[in-house]
Amino acid sequence: MAKSGHPGGSLGCADFLTALYFNTLNFKLPFSMEGHGEDLFFLSNGHISPLLYSVLSRTGHFEVEELNTFRKLNSRLQGHPATHEHIPGVRVATGSLGQGLSVALGAALGKRLNGDSSLVYVLTGDGELQEGQNWEAIMCAAHYKIDNLIVTVDWNGQQIDGPNDEVISLGDLQGKWHSFGWEVLHMEGNQMEDVVHILEMAKRKLHQGKPVVILMRTIMGFGVDFMMGTHKWHGVAPNDEQAEKALAQLPQTLGDF
Amino acid sequence: MNTWDKYQSIVKKATRNGFGDGLLEAAKMNPKVIALCADLAGSLKMDLFEKEFPERFIQVGIAEANMMGMAAGLATTGLIPYTGTFANFSTGRVFDQIRQSIAYSEKNVKIAASHAGLTLGEDGATHQILEDIGLMKMLPGMTVINPADYAQTKAATQAIADYKGPVYLRFGRPDWPVFLENEKFEIGKALKLKDGKDVTVIATGHLLWNALEAVRQLEGEGIDCELLNIHTIKPLDNEAILNSVRKTGRVVSCEEHQRNGGLGDSIAQLLSMNFPAPQEYVAVNDSFGESGKPMELMEKYGLGIKDVIEKIRKVLSR
Repeated sequence: MAKSGHPGGSLGCADFLTALYFNTLNFKLPFSMEGHGEDLFFLSNGHISPLLYSVLSRTGHFEVEELNTFRKLNSRLQGHPATHEHIPGVRVATGSLGQGLSVALGAALGKRLNGDSSLVYVLTGDGELQEGQNWEAIMCAAHYKIDNLIVTVDWNGQQIDGPNDEVISLGDLQGKWHSFGWEVLHMEGNQMEDVVHILEMAKRKLHQGKPVVILMRTIMGFGVDFMMGTHKWHGVAPNDEQAEKALAQLPQTLGDF
Repeated sequence: MNTWDKYQSIVKKATRNGFGDGLLEAAKMNPKVIALCADLAGSLKMDLFEKEFPERFIQVGIAEANMMGMAAGLATTGLIPYTGTFANFSTGRVFDQIRQSIAYSEKNVKIAASHAGLTLGEDGATHQILEDIGLMKMLPGMTVINPADYAQTKAATQAIADYKGPVYLRFGRPDWPVFLENEKFEIGKALKLKDGKDVTVIATGHLLWNALEAVRQLEGEGIDCELLNIHTIKPLDNEAILNSVRKTGRVVSCEEHQRNGGLGDSIAQLLSMNFPAPQEYVAVNDSFGESGKPMELMEKYGLGIKDVIEKIRKVLSR
């Protein structure tokens, strides 16, 4: 086990990424960087890499056993996702926050220029929206009527130093996106039926001249009682005892270990 | 008449015009070439491209960080994006975006950076970046090119479209002598303008013209300089530099950049590891610039023809 990392956000977004990859995303294997004719996913909040790698391995991008190399020397599974080691499923390095939305916007525009009707998805954190670059991209996407792009915000209300509202309030998040010219949807990110339903609804909202954002309410650390709803597990990994306790609460995950 | 006397300044034209014309040619040759601009299309002469290929021109407004990220995304889909803004806003302002989304992610993005250095002139030190070569050459995998005149800038702009990988292309604002129309441009290959035996003078960007004039003047005094143009600062043409300095035994480097972190430092590193030799720097010495006319600034900050002459004499006396 890596014994370091960011379990809180990873657990909170597990339902979303599972629904996206197993139900919504039209991806192709073997992996190709350019991804012509397939949907692309970018993870802007790169620190939830354990979740991304977990989902990528279980969707055939690489062997599940490789997960054991996570955050170790000579691994393709870097602490934050990177392209440098050529891990299938990752198209840009993320980790320094606030950059993924711009990259996804560029890819969405690239698909338009290439006459490619497939879609681009990006997941961002909520605290990450404090980075100004996001709002540059949000303004630009509306201006260019980028309507093949679905942004999902992991709105768990937490960041490393505490709740968003105490660190720097995001204020009226819905109003902000709306006033920038986006179609805004809400999702209960830890209720699988709602995740699947809202993702489908988001797709139906596309190709109408507006980018789409899903404000996804999640609980950081969802599924592990002692991690839920607190920022304290943002960047701290469980020790052996805690990990055993956590895994026992999610028996369906035990098979891989 | 010496063969190198062919390098004369008949006309003056800005290197940024070379970029604008080169971009248009590159776009005609390759439909994957697209351009992004952060509200400086006219300044970078990108309006030619915009007029000819409006659907491939993306105005991003005054939002350089987003521009760099978008370029990375566009490159991911197989396109060849050129980003256009001033050198200051192409590097320092967006260093982390370039580092993570472009360089580390190995994206085929061409960062076109105009108005570099002191010769930006009257706008002053806020805009006169003298640290950009250092910032960009430190990034693993980044190719750094600083052409010397209109013709070389045009050729470089076209050449980088066919090269796969991130490139930083640095050029400037003022009208400047055009004298390399008949020279071939090859990424990573030094251009030898003159053979000589006494000292190797190596120059990049606008300073090549000043170095050329200095070498010409000293020739009358019987000082025989070898003159190399290094347009590609990274990867450096180690062989050409070492071959020359092994012959002359001393070197003067010339650039419109801080002494710290520029071409001169790359040369010093190469020589110290392979063939230690006396070196003098024509470069800005740990200082910001200020408002003024380009030639006045060159003179005040030690980048003029007389400064090159002085440094050549100094290195010969060591």
